[in-house]
Amino acid sequence: MNITQILFWFLTVLAIGSSLMVITSRNPVYSVLSLIVTFFALSGHYILLNAQFLAIVNLIVYAGAIMVLFLFVIMLMNLNAETEPQKNKWLRFAGIIAGGCFLLVMVAALRDADSRAATAMTTYGETGLIQHLGKVLFNEYVVPFEISSVLFLSAMVGAVVLGKKE
Amino acid sequence: MSSIPLTHILFVSTALFFIGMYGLFTRRNMITMLMSVELILNSVNINFVAFNKYLYPDKLDGIFFSLFIITIAAAEAAVAIAIIINLYRSHHSIDVEDATEMKY
Repeated sequence: MNITQILFWFLTVLAIGSSLMVITSRNPVYSVLSLIVTFFALSGHYILLNAQFLAIVNLIVYAGAIMVLFLFVIMLMNLNAETEPQKNKWLRFAGIIAGGCFLLVMVAALRDADSRAATAMTTYGETGLIQHLGKVLFNEYVVPFEISSVLFLSAMVGAVVLGKKE
Repeated sequence: MSSIPLTHILFVSTALFFIGMYGLFTRRNMITMLMSVELILNSVNINFVAFNKYLYPDKLDGIFFSLFIITIAAAEAAVAIAIIINLYRSHHSIDVEDATEMKY
């Protein structure tokens, strides 16, 4: 068991445990903090998968920007465990049954999947660095890049229009 | 170098997906539902990056898909939080069961 596998299992346990904390904790502030821990673990997974730039972007955008926005909104609305609405027991039971059955089906399908690509092909580790990414982004992905800028503009206008008082 | 099979990474992403789906089904707090959606999007990101590394290690298409998913998730979170704030102003609650004007 080398260092990569140890890191992989540690990050896996961290990600799944903290994501379980996200959906089980009654206090929304704890949910947000657990979600930040999940995003850190997923960034570790990205680094193990040779996507270093994506790991940093994930940290900055998700853990840095979106989660701070969530935290501000939760504190603005003064949510805590007492105001947290809970669904009834039967719906939760049905959710466990449905999600668990589908999870079992997916895991069984993954076990029987063709494992011809079971070995990691890490020929060189510079694939996910910003130099390669920038060349491909501004050659092949220019149109989606520009469209995403238009999307951001419309999202900003939409958020301001929705959020302002009449 | 690394000896992690692809199926292990796919299992992580599957587990995250269904944890997010369970949260989306069983929580009534809108912000927690939005956080479950973010979990689902991140599990999809891991899938894209893992398939990119294991099947096409000399290409970058999976990484760009993940990058655009992160972009769209940021825009989605901003608009959704604006909607939630507006709903909180009019209903004084973010319980999804309270917003029933357009239900019937």
